Amino acid sequence: MAQSPISSQTPDDLERGRRLFERQCARCHGMRGAGGTGPALTSSVLSRAPDDPALFSVIKEGIRGSEMPPTWQMIDREIWQVAGYVRSLGRQVQVALPGDPERGQRLYETKGQCVLCHIVRGRGSSLGPDLTGIGARRGPDHLRSMLLNPGASKARDSSGYLQFFVISVVTPDGREVRGLRINEDTFTLQLRDADNRLYSFRKQDLKELKRDSSGSLMPSYKTVFSPTEIDDLIAYLASLRGER
Amino acid sequence: MRGVNLLPLLLVLVPRGVFAQVPYERLLRAESESGNWLTYSGSYRSQRFSTLKQITPENVARLRPAWVYQNREPGLIEATPLVVDGVMYVTEPPSAVTALDVRSGSRLWRWSRPLPRDVRTLGFPPVNRGVALLDETVFVGTLDAHLVALDAKSGAVRWDKVIADNATGYAITGAPLALNGKVIVGTSGGEAGIRGFLDAYDAKTGERLWRFWTIPGPGEAGHETWAGDSWKTGAGATWVTGSYDPELNLLYWGIGNPGPDWNGDARAGDNLYTCSVVALDASSGERKWHFQFTPHDTHDWDSNQVPVLLEGIVAGRQRKLLATANRNAFYYMLDRETGEFLLGTPYARQTWAKALDERGRPIVIPNTEPSLEGTLAYPSLQGATNWFSPSYSPLTGLFYVPVREMGAYYFKGEAKYVPGTEFMGGGEQPLLGDEAYGAVRALDVFTGKLKWEFRLHSPPWSGVLSTAGGLVFGGTNEGNLFALDAETGKALWDFQTGGAVRSNPVSFSVDGRQYVAATAGFSVFVFALP
Repeated sequence: MAQSPISSQTPDDLERGRRLFERQCARCHGMRGAGGTGPALTSSVLSRAPDDPALFSVIKEGIRGSEMPPTWQMIDREIWQVAGYVRSLGRQVQVALPGDPERGQRLYETKGQCVLCHIVRGRGSSLGPDLTGIGARRGPDHLRSMLLNPGASKARDSSGYLQFFVISVVTPDGREVRGLRINEDTFTLQLRDADNRLYSFRKQDLKELKRDSSGSLMPSYKTVFSPTEIDDLIAYLASLRGER
Repeated sequence: MRGVNLLPLLLVLVPRGVFAQVPYERLLRAESESGNWLTYSGSYRSQRFSTLKQITPENVARLRPAWVYQNREPGLIEATPLVVDGVMYVTEPPSAVTALDVRSGSRLWRWSRPLPRDVRTLGFPPVNRGVALLDETVFVGTLDAHLVALDAKSGAVRWDKVIADNATGYAITGAPLALNGKVIVGTSGGEAGIRGFLDAYDAKTGERLWRFWTIPGPGEAGHETWAGDSWKTGAGATWVTGSYDPELNLLYWGIGNPGPDWNGDARAGDNLYTCSVVALDASSGERKWHFQFTPHDTHDWDSNQVPVLLEGIVAGRQRKLLATANRNAFYYMLDRETGEFLLGTPYARQTWAKALDERGRPIVIPNTEPSLEGTLAYPSLQGATNWFSPSYSPLTGLFYVPVREMGAYYFKGEAKYVPGTEFMGGGEQPLLGDEAYGAVRALDVFTGKLKWEFRLHSPPWSGVLSTAGGLVFGGTNEGNLFALDAETGKALWDFQTGGAVRSNPVSFSVDGRQYVAATAGFSVFVFALP
């Protein structure tokens, strides 16, 4: 890898980097890198990109096994321009999250009953996603949106499919099953219902198959928590950065 | 003619191995050899149609794996296997050839070319789509742009010829096409600013017989369709195997996108012969005619789709025809003697052309080209279809095409030519996941009208095969191989292979038993009735 040219970049490079970022990266990382379905980049230290060559490599090659794809759309100079813009985001003054993570953790374990569906550090139930590293994967705005309106999630897997997608079917014997899509192909469908039971269907056998793109098995916490409590919970979730 | 008729008799009477395995006469009559699959698309007409009919809509539900062959190294298989007299020849990524006993699936030999560490695959994954057979020789192209002739019995190298410089982005991924005494081979590199070509080599010696430059140089017809020096990096790759009419002695070959892909500013003009099909004299490489599907393309809509040759009455008279479903979402019928445009009609969602004019030229909708902010257009840059093969059944009169229903935001970016690097000038953000889907569509071959559709979970990367048994075989990204009723499109059989299907199925028979072969993941799957 070549020496980092970031220190010698011009304001024009930075501006080009911003435009490229907005079209290639903002969909997941947010317009000013504040995070979304992807992590916030407004930190002077990025865990996957400790130095500039590593940042270049993450942008160019992606991160295997994650939602971060490689790019083939930009030439090396453009990648450096994006990297320069990302570094500039980390130099901005950081605004701390307003909530209290310790209060958030108590809410998570008690009033929220989140453990009934989620695992943190090996504890809890596996219906919803494991939240052990959620703070490293998702930005705070996305976490807020998930708590208030879980059906609005736009998180996608590496093939571009919406995650936690709800499908309702009527089985050949007339039963209704509503659950999360675990997998789907042209001929079969696998669902997991709210009781965490797995179902496998041949699509052609089903009497009905309805896709609920705005549905979710997770309830909204809009009326369960006060705005302050929501802030606390977000602060707690944002602090979950994975096992160390 | 007499010698041709005697050949099957000689093969029966004389022990195998004494005679050449696949003389040109066998390739000429490949359609009558239902037990074998002698060339990439099944025959020179490229109909990818098998006359075998043991497997039918009534019994296909009982189809079972006969054997599976797994790659030695992980990597995508895009190869169409060839089968002759009980031996299957398949390529493994990145640049290896394996011969298998089709009765058992056991390996007979494997040849592999060690590739340079810095081998360049600019704009495509390290894949190979198969071999060509002629006489006792297997021909294969490699990622570092060598054309290699191997002894069909042992895999020993007969000759090895560098056809272009991989350091500037040239590579071979397509299967060569063997004609009488010569081997035709094309090149990849359409995202690297190459100047594309199609070559013919002497099958015995590896000597180059002719080269057709897909981007005309100074003084050549079509050169005026390139502004300034833009022709030098005009791309026009030839990365998928074409077709051949032995009576006319014409080769039909699809030409890829112009370079740079998404920024056409520096290459004002129609950019011939990119996004065209060309008809070349097979003896000289001289161009007889061309037809350009997408003039001055800025969406990467290569026209490398396999041209399918057939005969029929169109516009009042019996003609030799060429049918093709183009990446730009239109289905075309041309007169293959003259290149005359006979028909063009969309077969998938498209938002870039109002219509085609009476000569087949698209009437482009303004502001559909890539932009700095991103321009939404259908189809995506992967096209309404792509390199994987269509199929035509003369029994149903239907043209079967795997369709990708997906749009994309197209972005225009900087394009600076640096030899041996990507020269693309932008990119896309495709509408993925649940916003896209795939299908196998059956079109009336003469009108392009939709007869039926079988919907797929996602836009496919697998071709289709039709059979005289009345079936259409295909595959999905999610690992399903399937068989459809060729008349109705109804799914009759499917099998989960556990890996994405990214190649073209074939059918062959041995000992009176019909097999269907397809690749999926890192493996070759072969099926038969119990």
